[in-house]
Amino acid sequence: MPLIDLANPTRYLQLSGRALPWLIAITAAACVAGLYLTANAPDDYQQGATVKIMFIHVPAAWLGMFGWAMMSAAALGTLVWRHPLADVAAKAAAPIGAAFTFLCLVTGSLWGRPMWGTYWVWDARLTSVLLLFLMYLGVIALWRTVEDPSRAARAAAILTLVGAINLPIIKWSVDWWNTLHQPASVIKMGGPAIYSTILIPLLVMAIAFTLLFMTLHVAAMRNEILRRRVRTLMLMQAQTAPGSGA
Amino acid sequence: MSSLTALFMRDFRLAIRVGGGGGIGVLFFLIVVTLTPFAIGPDLALLARIGPAILWLGALLASLLTLDRLFTADYEDGSLDLVLMADTPLELAVAAKAAAHWLTTGLPLVIATPLLGLFMNLDAGASAAVALTLLAGTPALTFIGLIGAALSVALRRGGLLLAVLVLPLTVPVLIFGVAASNAAIIGPLPFGTPFTILCALTMISLVVGVFAAAAALRQGME
Repeated sequence: MPLIDLANPTRYLQLSGRALPWLIAITAAACVAGLYLTANAPDDYQQGATVKIMFIHVPAAWLGMFGWAMMSAAALGTLVWRHPLADVAAKAAAPIGAAFTFLCLVTGSLWGRPMWGTYWVWDARLTSVLLLFLMYLGVIALWRTVEDPSRAARAAAILTLVGAINLPIIKWSVDWWNTLHQPASVIKMGGPAIYSTILIPLLVMAIAFTLLFMTLHVAAMRNEILRRRVRTLMLMQAQTAPGSGA
Repeated sequence: MSSLTALFMRDFRLAIRVGGGGGIGVLFFLIVVTLTPFAIGPDLALLARIGPAILWLGALLASLLTLDRLFTADYEDGSLDLVLMADTPLELAVAAKAAAHWLTTGLPLVIATPLLGLFMNLDAGASAAVALTLLAGTPALTFIGLIGAALSVALRRGGLLLAVLVLPLTVPVLIFGVAASNAAIIGPLPFGTPFTILCALTMISLVVGVFAAAAALRQGME
């Protein structure tokens, strides 16, 4: 199956329609396995049961960043190759990436309350994840501002790529800012090494979350294609309606 | 080269003459700085401590708000089409417009900074340090804002959306601008370390901003 066949939205709908039930089944199985391993993972000797927040928090953080990377790849597809599905992929990835970033912030905040005694500190990592979240919201706002999808797609693609260049710079400057303004107030996690009793559930959860991201993404892309078709049909209907002058 | 000079001179004249927005940026800057003591109280020691941060925030907002109309006005009167069709590379034309914009809005902010430093209870050395960081840093704000200004042509929207898109990208400039000012005033870091990084950020945004803005204009005008 050459990759170019996927460029046709109709072919994509057929193929993804066949693949989606399998993806959902594998994702559900991975989530069950991950949650089972998480529930049976031993408590940390210092942090108690709250360490289990990590099994949600760390994969969510990874997928928050993965979402932007995927949007950047799709943005290149939009600008360079004018791939007809690239902007659909970019648009579908933005809310999912934002949701995972938000999940990362919320779980981090809930974890911070018992560990650091506060819901929020202006720690470098928290701050840069917050900025990532704000940039997701900016891209989503941009998508929602323009009616014409192809015009919005190219503007969003440029913003996504500028963001991809800027995000490492932002991350690095926030690290610098943080070390300048306050000494490290964060308890370093887990000591020198992560034991396999923690590592294996974490990896399984990471795989489960990645599958969840991909399943949601495929479903969101299908919705977006159908939404555009509905829009086109409604435009055509409005043009041929009596009294429209067409 | 002459077409670039003509474009630069045109933007420069439009900004400083009646109807141009050149002076408004400084006025806005002045008002933001004047409002600060009302919000936090007239405590001179506190004002001196947060003075550089207030001046930087004021400059950030002033240069952002004046960028809103940079390309939109040209789009509406049709001159943007001429710029796009000209033989001159669009990237250079965009850079010329940005330079004119910085000269008419960024540079006045730098010149006004020593006066506003008095209001913030900064001594002469501190005011000079803040002015120097603004001199090095405001071009970066112009070039980053340039991307937003070009996108607002493509989107036929501006205002708050522009601020939402651009402000997260200005975080590094703000961090190093304020850090360099504070390094000069209270230490302990040498002034040169954050200041050279600030200059580097300006160089990076010069390249990224000009190319991204030109790409956004090309896509938006199709």
